[in-house]
Amino acid sequence: MANTDAAVKRPVRLLRNMNAKVASIPMILTVLVIFIGCSAWTVLYSFTDSKLLPRERFVGLDQYERLWSTDRWLVSISNLAVFGVLTMVFSLVIGFALAAMLDRKIRFENAFRTIFLYPFALSFIVTGLVWQWILNPDFGVQKVVRDMGWTSFVFDPLYTDSIVIYGILIAALWQGTGLVMCLMLAGIRGIDEDIWKASRVEGIGVWKTYIVIIIPMIRPVIVTSVVIIASGIVKVYDLVVAQTSGGPGIASQMPALYVMDKMFLSQNLAQGFAASTMMLVTVAIILIPWAYLEFGGKRRG
Amino acid sequence: MTKLKLAIGLLASVVLPQAAFSTDLEVTHWWTSGGEAAAVSEMAKAFDASGDKWIDGAIAGSGGTARPIIISRILGGDPMGATQLNHGLQAQELIEAGLLQDLTDVAEAEGWKDLINPISLLDACTFEGKIYCAPVNIHSWQWIWLSHAAYAKAGVPVPTNWDEFVASAPALEAVGLIPLAMGQQPWQSAGAFGVMAIAIGGPDAWLAVNKDKDEAVAAGPEFAKVFEAAVAARSMAAKSNVQDWNQATNLVITGAAGGQIMGDWAQGEFQVAGQVAGTDYSCLPGLGVNKLISTGGDAFYFPINKDPEVTSAQKRLASVLVSKDLQVAFNLKKGSLPIRGDVDLAAANDCMKQGLEILAAGGILPSGDELLTPDTTGQVEDLMVEFWNSTTMTAGEAQAKYAAIIAAAE
Repeated sequence: MANTDAAVKRPVRLLRNMNAKVASIPMILTVLVIFIGCSAWTVLYSFTDSKLLPRERFVGLDQYERLWSTDRWLVSISNLAVFGVLTMVFSLVIGFALAAMLDRKIRFENAFRTIFLYPFALSFIVTGLVWQWILNPDFGVQKVVRDMGWTSFVFDPLYTDSIVIYGILIAALWQGTGLVMCLMLAGIRGIDEDIWKASRVEGIGVWKTYIVIIIPMIRPVIVTSVVIIASGIVKVYDLVVAQTSGGPGIASQMPALYVMDKMFLSQNLAQGFAASTMMLVTVAIILIPWAYLEFGGKRRG
Repeated sequence: MTKLKLAIGLLASVVLPQAAFSTDLEVTHWWTSGGEAAAVSEMAKAFDASGDKWIDGAIAGSGGTARPIIISRILGGDPMGATQLNHGLQAQELIEAGLLQDLTDVAEAEGWKDLINPISLLDACTFEGKIYCAPVNIHSWQWIWLSHAAYAKAGVPVPTNWDEFVASAPALEAVGLIPLAMGQQPWQSAGAFGVMAIAIGGPDAWLAVNKDKDEAVAAGPEFAKVFEAAVAARSMAAKSNVQDWNQATNLVITGAAGGQIMGDWAQGEFQVAGQVAGTDYSCLPGLGVNKLISTGGDAFYFPINKDPEVTSAQKRLASVLVSKDLQVAFNLKKGSLPIRGDVDLAAANDCMKQGLEILAAGGILPSGDELLTPDTTGQVEDLMVEFWNSTTMTAGEAQAKYAAIIAAAE
């Protein structure tokens, strides 16, 4: 009897919100088949010796052993780490600083907001090319400064392997901080005027208010920004291709370049799959515990 | 007449949307520099003359950019009519997967076996007794191009071999010129190293490493000399900040650099710039040391197409590509050598004639593309581009890594 009761109750629960459930079927299928299915396929074939075409000849961890003994991969990983940490920190700091400044009810706020957000409308390829020219010693910043009289001035990050990654970082920040600024500004604007009045009554300084009160209050916006910046970092590819193609030498290589080159240029699919699996694992290690803490720990609503 | 054709064509396109009435053939290639574009237009002209239509699908960038696009189009079921590839191991898996058109009947009807010289070019197109590509030219890497203007400015005679080139480098640097122009792309770094390996290490050592994959030789004294020479070359090229090979060639053309190690396709650039071999620039095959050339080259492959019209047009194109007239017209513009021994290249310049002589004398080696898989080539390129751009990697370190790659090669 208890069984039939449950059977009577369950359909009702399942059928509730039918429209929403039907509408989400395509996305659920996409996630299952495209994202999870293809990822699983990639991981599986990373254990084979597939060359140009996938084939099921399993070789265990050979591809991973080769991967982690390849200079280019190791350089890529350390580049990604440096680039990732710096992009994350500077995007958030600069983005918040710009947003806070715009929030001070300055004149021409709309104009400034457009100017700061404008680079985001450009593709990475265009951004990369622009900065390749700006940083080119023969007709960029270095030449301008030298023409002004400082003839020994040297500024050629894209041609110096020890600092090339910072040349790419500059371009990435120029492109990405505008969006972070807009998100932050939206968050700041969403805060009740009364908070400001209260802090003024208490005699708390403007900067202190921003740091101690506003930042904790716009936490959801910051979390969104972090996710957007992080996904941009892991997939960075076109910016590097446009600016340096991974050079000079292999100094500005990134994991995504390695994956592309191995899969399509070297006609070694399995090696590319192994590299992309490592990228997936890296993302998973960082994101899953964090996402769990952020979204799963406490149920809101 | 044309109206009627058009009407029939339109009718056919309505009635039989599957069977295209015209034989438009999309041809993808990566010949986009000045000299190359001039050469490829000769191909288009010859093919159009036979009534078909050449739809140019040039892909900008080097083979490294174009090959992935080409291969993914073939794999993705959107095959072009014909495509350039370097023959050798690059296409082997495509053939195994049955994605490329078998040209054996064309080859037999026209007697390619007797025409094509050296025959190794046709061997590279052959897989299990069937022919899958039409070779169009012979390209050799083993050249250094020297700017007479640069050496005149430095006040030293134009070198006639690698040792003289190295010895004259300080004189060039003294007047602010770059002794050796080098593009930064990986294939250029690896190519220049390969040329030095044949010239300085000798052909036997080179074959032992590249053909027999003998890691002992790769780690041995002959290659130690090569790596020492490469370290010297690296410092000579330190001020060369360009990316593409034709930009590096341009440094030589304008006299900003003394020389460039580059394949014979560089010659097309000198030609476009209106320079004359022997008076404006010189070329030294095998760096003036070992006068050998490797006979790699470009070939056209024809992806399997469902449409029988396209298939027959593909075969017509294959026969046009190998024909005498086209071989002359194309190779003169491209600066490469023809694939058949029976054509007259009286109009060839000094450098091409040197190449033809070496070819006739049998001073040939197989190309790297025929010996190494793209995977190994990629690893060597990664190493070389790191080595050429590094200021700290020593010859010994680079050699050890090189030997490890050769040891792991298939």
